[in-house]
Amino acid sequence: MKKLLTGDEAIARGAYEAGVRYAAAYPGTPSTEILENLATYDEIYAEWAPNEKVAMEAAIGASIAGLRSIVSMKHVGMNVAADPMFTWGYMGVNGGNVIVTADEPGMFSSQNEQDNRNYAKAAKIPMLEPSDSQECIDMVKAAYAMGEQYDSPFIIRLTTRVCHSKSIVECREREEVPAKAWEKNPAKYVCLPAMARGMKVRLLERLKTLEGVSETTPFNRAEMGDTSVGVIASGICYYYAKEVFGDKASYLKLGFTYPLPKNLIRDFCSKVDKVYILEENDPYIEEFVRQIGCECIGKDLFPSTGELTPDVIRACVTGEANKVIDFDKTKLIARAPSFCAGCPHRGLFYRLGKRKDIMISGDIGCYTLAAGKPYQAMDSTVCMGASFSLGAGAQRAFHMEGESRRVVTVLGDSTFFHTGINSLIDTVYNKVNTVNIILDNRITGMTGHQENPGTGYTAKGEETTLIRIEDVVRAIGVKHVYVINPNHLDEVDKALDECLALDEPSVIITRWPCALKKFSKEDKAEFDSLFVTRNKVDADKCIGCRLCLKAGCPAMSYDSEAKKVSINRAQCVGCDVCTQICPKAAISKED
Amino acid sequence: MTKSILLVGVGGQGTILASKILTNGLMEAGYDVKMSEIHGMSQRGGSVSSQVRYGEKVMSPVIEKGKADIVVSFEKMEALRALDYLKEDGTLVVNNVEIPSMSVITGDEEYPDDVLEEIEKHVKAKVVDATGLARGIGNEKAANIILLGTIIKAMGLTHIDWDAILEANIKPQFLELNKKALQVGIDAVE
Repeated sequence: MKKLLTGDEAIARGAYEAGVRYAAAYPGTPSTEILENLATYDEIYAEWAPNEKVAMEAAIGASIAGLRSIVSMKHVGMNVAADPMFTWGYMGVNGGNVIVTADEPGMFSSQNEQDNRNYAKAAKIPMLEPSDSQECIDMVKAAYAMGEQYDSPFIIRLTTRVCHSKSIVECREREEVPAKAWEKNPAKYVCLPAMARGMKVRLLERLKTLEGVSETTPFNRAEMGDTSVGVIASGICYYYAKEVFGDKASYLKLGFTYPLPKNLIRDFCSKVDKVYILEENDPYIEEFVRQIGCECIGKDLFPSTGELTPDVIRACVTGEANKVIDFDKTKLIARAPSFCAGCPHRGLFYRLGKRKDIMISGDIGCYTLAAGKPYQAMDSTVCMGASFSLGAGAQRAFHMEGESRRVVTVLGDSTFFHTGINSLIDTVYNKVNTVNIILDNRITGMTGHQENPGTGYTAKGEETTLIRIEDVVRAIGVKHVYVINPNHLDEVDKALDECLALDEPSVIITRWPCALKKFSKEDKAEFDSLFVTRNKVDADKCIGCRLCLKAGCPAMSYDSEAKKVSINRAQCVGCDVCTQICPKAAISKED
Repeated sequence: MTKSILLVGVGGQGTILASKILTNGLMEAGYDVKMSEIHGMSQRGGSVSSQVRYGEKVMSPVIEKGKADIVVSFEKMEALRALDYLKEDGTLVVNNVEIPSMSVITGDEEYPDDVLEEIEKHVKAKVVDATGLARGIGNEKAANIILLGTIIKAMGLTHIDWDAILEANIKPQFLELNKKALQVGIDAVE
């Protein structure tokens, strides 16, 4: 049956057709929809793990126990998962195992642009790179067949444009694959040094075999045409190249990109007048091509950052940009994402941004938007879970230098479970008096509302143990724990005042659901009148001071002729933050 | 020949549903289709876009600057922002709606009052009051399907059985509204 699927949907479809039974992931753009789609198949057990390392280990366990398993993550998630992954490559699989990484050339929703093809080479795990959705299906299925044949996990490397582009696929029946038997085999599964030495030898032998497979696989193929230009490309860049050069070039399309096919590349390069290497991010293919003694044009002509879209390629090759309508750019206004109307982060950051003499150590989530106007309430963001530990280091350094500056750290509920817990242990164990804020909006927000260990539901929608953040925090040894409603600005101020005066670590949990969340029965029971009211402005009382607008609410606007603020009824959900800011009590609840 | 349709707007305006229906219709009609979207933080009021390409065999899912056959903007400022994607002889449809961004709300920037004038200095835009027309048929939220109707008319795609595509993609309780909306959109373009 023909369907129009995104790459993420197609990866899930391919895993389904390949008889996969076990899937684990932590959400991260642009990979999130892979597990969301896997969870819709009754035949597949699918879980959100607290982080990528845990997801990887769970998938490894399922493979060792005999099932075909899959684990998916965004590119930076692979850094978290790298520890088990590197050794897993040594061990080899029982049931097949596929590791999906979704890279982000152009950094649409990411903090860096790392090229995870380097991971395949470093971990010595074979890698496939699909160019469209049909190849996502085909390569996932091939990865299980080859992985079980050659005793290796496989990495499938996607980029945003493969993940989030739709193209037509042919959907087929699922093949039920019986579980492999588990047998005690310490030489394969226990990585003691004595065992690992033998594994390393077997790994290197396996790579030799896979080099041969890479030469003959249909995923690596030359398409000979006009030989004045030869293009070597993988992933989405293959289609970008076809768009630009059409039939005026020959192509070496690479889909099996670790190990790379030495002979195939040499043969192709010998048949064309010049070779362009089209790849986003690092010169991964280019370095190999040069290493085997072939001349090519790569990063000396094409950029190492951003997407290598057809217009970019065209401009590099011809020296001329596409002809475009040239309009007055000064008429453009910025339209950056912002906190939604009713966002529970608003009250906290509105107040926190007004504090002097603090450094705010932030983290990865919607709340990273607090770095921008109007709050300007974030001074650092590195990676998931870093807010507490980076903040602890900074606070300690300020103390060592005799500076009175205090450090406030901020992360979300899902990020707390991801890697924040370890960081908080560091803070408590090493006696740092940071003020640590956990924005508990009852869901994993930024990636589009995935369940997490604090919500009480699994990826499959089943009820489970709800892990209470305040219990975890107290168990770690934090003595000063505040649970507040961030929409009540007096509660925010009081908690901040008291915590900043302490010489011991403290935690403030701001507990109110994301305004976009589909509320669970537990949410409805816990939170009174959840987004069912609206606020209104009394135009007679409004003096047009615009203080309320500094809360950054998209439901509010200012009429510069009438010099009055108004609230959009369709957007307002009655969080009351603006009513507390207005100095003239002009904003109140609608009746 | 591959055709390129660019839909732009503000997160929450329904560009994704409109492009889903469009691409499914094109696939059913036998075209090769690719669509690319950038989302992630799209629900949080940022600029959003859906790129749709169709033809006998589509290569890149991404539209190049200066190469869109039609740009349909769900909001005025976003039409201006996307202008450098439009072919010089391409079609521009603009929903005559102004959505202030956060920088406007907080007073850091002003929404210029001559956006349409700036656009019309360069291209003849088809300005549609899709939001008003949608209100006229009973629900403001159908504006996205009205704008889809303008694409269908402008790109000569009226031969496709869009009612069947709508039936497969829209909840039954909104079906009649959306069928009506599509026709309103088709009629709004000469």
